[in-house]
Amino acid sequence: MSRVLLQNLEKKYPSGFHAVRDLSLEINDGEFMVLVGPSGCGKSTTLRMVAGLEEVTGGEIHIGDRRVNDVAPGDRDIAMVFQNYALYPHMSVRQNMAFGLKMRGTPRAEIERRVGEAADVLSIESLLDRRPRELSGGQRQRVALGRAIVREPKVFLFDEPLSNLDAKLRVQMRTEIARLHQRLKTTVIYVTHDQVEAMTLGQRIVLMDRGVVQQVDTPMDIYHRPANRFVGSFIGSPAMNFFPGRIDGGSFHLSGGGSIPLAGASSNGQFPAGPATLGVRPEDLTTDGEGLPLATVTLDVVEHMGHETMVHFTLAGADHIARLAPDIRAAPGDCLPLTVRPNALHLFADDEHGRRLN
Amino acid sequence: MREPRHITALRHAILLLFVAISVYPAINVFSISLRPGNRLRSTDLAIIPADWTFDSYVELFTEQPFLRWLGNSLLVATLVTATGVVLAAIGGYAFSRFRFVGRQATMLAILTTQMFPATMLLLPLYILIAKLGLVNTYLGLMIFYTSTALPFCVWQMKGFYDTIPVSLEEAARIDGCSQARAFWSVVLPLATPGLVITALFSFMTAWSEYIVAAQVMQDENMFTLPLGIKGFQASLSSQWGLYAAASILVSIPVVVVFLLLSKYLVTGLTLGSVKE
Repeated sequence: MSRVLLQNLEKKYPSGFHAVRDLSLEINDGEFMVLVGPSGCGKSTTLRMVAGLEEVTGGEIHIGDRRVNDVAPGDRDIAMVFQNYALYPHMSVRQNMAFGLKMRGTPRAEIERRVGEAADVLSIESLLDRRPRELSGGQRQRVALGRAIVREPKVFLFDEPLSNLDAKLRVQMRTEIARLHQRLKTTVIYVTHDQVEAMTLGQRIVLMDRGVVQQVDTPMDIYHRPANRFVGSFIGSPAMNFFPGRIDGGSFHLSGGGSIPLAGASSNGQFPAGPATLGVRPEDLTTDGEGLPLATVTLDVVEHMGHETMVHFTLAGADHIARLAPDIRAAPGDCLPLTVRPNALHLFADDEHGRRLN
Repeated sequence: MREPRHITALRHAILLLFVAISVYPAINVFSISLRPGNRLRSTDLAIIPADWTFDSYVELFTEQPFLRWLGNSLLVATLVTATGVVLAAIGGYAFSRFRFVGRQATMLAILTTQMFPATMLLLPLYILIAKLGLVNTYLGLMIFYTSTALPFCVWQMKGFYDTIPVSLEEAARIDGCSQARAFWSVVLPLATPGLVITALFSFMTAWSEYIVAAQVMQDENMFTLPLGIKGFQASLSSQWGLYAAASILVSIPVVVVFLLLSKYLVTGLTLGSVKE
């Protein structure tokens, strides 16, 4: 069993900087869990604590049934893929992949079998006798994956493994990693700052900000029901539009004028009256007149993308974006009445936490 | 746009001039070593004199304790090199990877020692050696050479280790290595160019050093090569032929070692100039 359990995990540096605060998380056996968030949110620190490369200041880490706080990295039965690959430059690809097994005293025949199998899975048989400096970025990443696979660990740890690749290769490797997980069914903890990677790879996502977990959920639930304003703004591209205003009498009154009934925005129709922020994703703004009326806006910029049209507008002094149908006829300066899909209203409290109200 | 021919010619002429200035003393010494007798000066401009002879070389090996001096120098230089490489390898690693109380102060102290010329350190180190009863011993000489060469070597190795990504050691630790094993298997092989520079620097310090050896060693049987060769120069009559022949022979090992390790020298000097 390779469940990973993090209980009240803390990381505080001697300088006083609190990198990870009271993080509790259970990663199920065979699950692909993604830690995502902006730079400095504590995701890599969390991963490194699981790996044993950072000391734990507080809390506990369990891999399987074993508490591993004081266990050396090499004894935790984990394998890690680094952002910069961390291939040993003075060893061949074969030696790189065999190194961990050699350290464990694995018989030579077994080492050769595992290296051969991993090379076959990753299509790097022809590279086995080359040195890392003779490989391209994508090839190096495959070798780094191969080095992890041969270990047959309980948990795979990925620390932003695709960050150094170009966009096209990133898409390709993303698919490879997904396929690999389906094949090996090993528990994976994957760190990234890229929300697209998080949404496409993760079975569940942990979104972190400033050392604190903001939400743990499936990609779809995080997307459709962000727990707070930060989650709403981080996930989704283009980012969610936020309209400040006030809840009163069952409607949301926008600061710039206009109001939207909130009858369908909550299961019980109950909202606390007071300042709040309305979040609407760009794709939930429409011009078909069938949704809830938002406002008639003057377009600043119109971008015809081919498969969609992005329009930029200003409302209540802030810039916003709407994602409209590709055949919409609009030009900068045009006035467009915008409506919102009734089930696409996200209401957030108007405080520092911005927690979801509906 | 191609460089004008006269500029190319001028550039080559200046370079040739400087090469000639650098090489001339060595050629002159070589020429003196081939002259019969003790002819320092000669009207013959030929590099190899018409009456050339290997007599000086033969006399060095048959009538002078050149081989004993050579053995003494090899012993001291080898031990200083080995000690310097080992201590610089692990000392530089400690400064590069560990954060400990006094780290900054110690690094500054190392840097400060480089500001003093060796002759300034001669008296305090000699007093130390004398108090330890190590005057006229190989150990005393080794302590002198190691302690003067080590600060630079540690500093140099520290800079070298800084260019080796920590993630390599982390990968090794996840692969099952202890920190010591990760250092041995992963870091040290990558630090080879730096170690070569350390070895060369330590070797050069011990091989061709004269002043310290002259103070520490009094027994003629324990003389190193520079001490022995200096003996050929006397106030009334100097044996220039032997002096020149010995100088050429003393230079050969250093030249050979430099040539063999030149590729590491270039790597070691330039690696680290760009962070990966």
